[in-house]
Amino acid sequence: MKPTCHLFGQNSRKALGDPHLQEALRSVDERLRTMRDAAFRELPNAEALREQGRRIRDRALAGLDVLLEQLEENVTRLGGTVHWAADAAAARKVVEDLAVSRGVRTVVKGKSMVCEEIALNQGLEARGLDVVETDLGEYIIQLAHEPPSHLVGPAIHKTKGQIAELFRDCLGAPLMDDSEEMTRFARRILRERFLSADMGITGANFLVAATGAVVLLENEGNIRLSTTLPRIHVAVTGIEKVVPTWEDLCVLLQLLPRSATGQKLSSYVSVLLGPRRANEPDGVDEFHLVLLDNGRTRILADEALRETLRCIRCGACLNTCPVYLKVGGHAYGWVYSGPIGSILTPQLLQDRRTASALPFASTLCGACAEVCPVKIDIPRILTELRRRYAVDPAWGPAPLPERAFARMAGTVMADRRLYEGASRTARCALPLLESGPPLLKRALATFPPPAEEPFRRTVSKSPRKAEDPHE
Amino acid sequence: MRVHVFIPCLVDQFRPSAARSTLRVLESLGIEVDYTPEQVCCGQPFFKAGYHTEARRLALKTLLHFQDGCLVVSPSGSCVRMVREHYAEILNRDADEKRRALDLAGRTYELSEFLVRVLDVTHLGSSFSGRVTVHDSCQVRRGLGIWKEPRALLDEVAGLERIEMERSDTCCGFGGIFSARNPEISAALARDKISQAVATGAEFVTGCEISCLLHIERHARDMGVPIRTLHLAEILASGL
Repeated sequence: MKPTCHLFGQNSRKALGDPHLQEALRSVDERLRTMRDAAFRELPNAEALREQGRRIRDRALAGLDVLLEQLEENVTRLGGTVHWAADAAAARKVVEDLAVSRGVRTVVKGKSMVCEEIALNQGLEARGLDVVETDLGEYIIQLAHEPPSHLVGPAIHKTKGQIAELFRDCLGAPLMDDSEEMTRFARRILRERFLSADMGITGANFLVAATGAVVLLENEGNIRLSTTLPRIHVAVTGIEKVVPTWEDLCVLLQLLPRSATGQKLSSYVSVLLGPRRANEPDGVDEFHLVLLDNGRTRILADEALRETLRCIRCGACLNTCPVYLKVGGHAYGWVYSGPIGSILTPQLLQDRRTASALPFASTLCGACAEVCPVKIDIPRILTELRRRYAVDPAWGPAPLPERAFARMAGTVMADRRLYEGASRTARCALPLLESGPPLLKRALATFPPPAEEPFRRTVSKSPRKAEDPHE
Repeated sequence: MRVHVFIPCLVDQFRPSAARSTLRVLESLGIEVDYTPEQVCCGQPFFKAGYHTEARRLALKTLLHFQDGCLVVSPSGSCVRMVREHYAEILNRDADEKRRALDLAGRTYELSEFLVRVLDVTHLGSSFSGRVTVHDSCQVRRGLGIWKEPRALLDEVAGLERIEMERSDTCCGFGGIFSARNPEISAALARDKISQAVATGAEFVTGCEISCLLHIERHARDMGVPIRTLHLAEILASGL
């Protein structure tokens, strides 16, 4: 999808005025956030577990080159094939060529953010393939031709009523008002597709270097079907998803479902160890693992930003972010949204400048850092990205008037006389300023008018007598 | 005991009564209070907007201003956090600079923290009649870990009824430059916060960070809601 991150302001105003979206977002707040908090409250060692998660992810990132080689060796030993993709186009080409060369006609897909990142569906469809999303949420947004609005719940922006109408309009269903009935309806259609598909494409939640295992978590069973029914399974994921050992995986398996949905464990955890071997009755004929870089080694090399790659895509930062809960995922203008999107998108996009509004789409309230299962210091990274977009020519810099204003304001604030002069002038010129440039006008609308006199002018004048705050 | 009082720009310009109240509270405890108008902005707005050169310059001035080793007390959680946490991040050109940054960080306190944790005082003899609810500012609660302190102090104020609002630690939507760049989201968050406060039946919202309180006050006026904001110091100074 073409990024529209630079339209965050416009997108968010639209979002605030959309009553359906606001209703849907309230339920994210009431359900996902509440369930996550409850799941962590009942853990006796929640803090220690998060710290362990952080260490595991950091260790994986520090030894990523070695772990990836080990992973490739093990996946190959198990009969799978590893493909390295430097960017989105390369990854698409690997999957498209595989599908075309194997005579694939129908592809069933499990939910995958990396597939969204590389716009895989559009690529496959352009090559004449029939692609069906099988995660219910993904299926809904595929019908609606919309991008996902949440890492975990891609159709979370839609209300039940909107989905019922979509099923009626796209699938000829009767207008239903019961979610279970709607799910049954979609399930009947999807079952047929599973049985006729030649290829299943999924992402991967974790890759275990020591064993070559590809680990997938889900609640609907559609990934289990996508990875077992068709004759070919292709897993597409980012190179950062590797963890060293099975023990490391066990820690992260405690953190991911709790953070994402408040579950102790997802309904399905698939641990895939290559295609069917000669003596085995079932499994796929071919297994391919596509490992995507697409800017990730660049992030890895950047010490100040590296910890972004710890992310295990649980979505907890979205569910707790006051800004996300007001505007939803589409406002962020690309695949990844919320706090993690605001730090990841600027680092992943080819054209960084497109994403320059995102690090400012936060109040730096710190709620995201408080829930992150791998303790990514998102506010620190947001602040660092703001610095780069403001003054670093490789990222921004901000427009000259803004930089000039900052320099001037810095000079004024650093000098008592200039500051006091400015404060006097501003008081006189207040009505004038209120009709000034939009940014200044908006800044002034944030607060009530200033006091008649600043503290510094009153402090030496009068003895400090009691004041009645009721007045 | 002698302390410096650091009065941040917003308190200075928008709520001077909170500064006067801070001095009054400290003096009522027999503390010698030192304030001089030579002090400058802590640099936080520049730091958070990405202009670290300007932030550094203000940070260095602040280090110089408070270099005598006395404790520094400030009625603003976010500025205290700037000094305590971020000075060492931006003042790292040489070992001496960093050492001085860490030194100041170690002796700078938010007002309620200073009273409760350093002086071990909760009863000041204040009196204030009214129903009050606390907004836990992000920089105060998550940033500095301060939320019990203002409550402990308020609970000792004669005539005051303290009521908790739902989600007192959810952001009010101010966020410095955020509110200028995204005023609609900022306002929507403020309205949520005000609704939570109003639902408690409180007449006053208080806290340890003036920027949030000013933001809440402005939007409460726009909503036509009769709830007022008072800095914690203003309540504590009442009746002293």
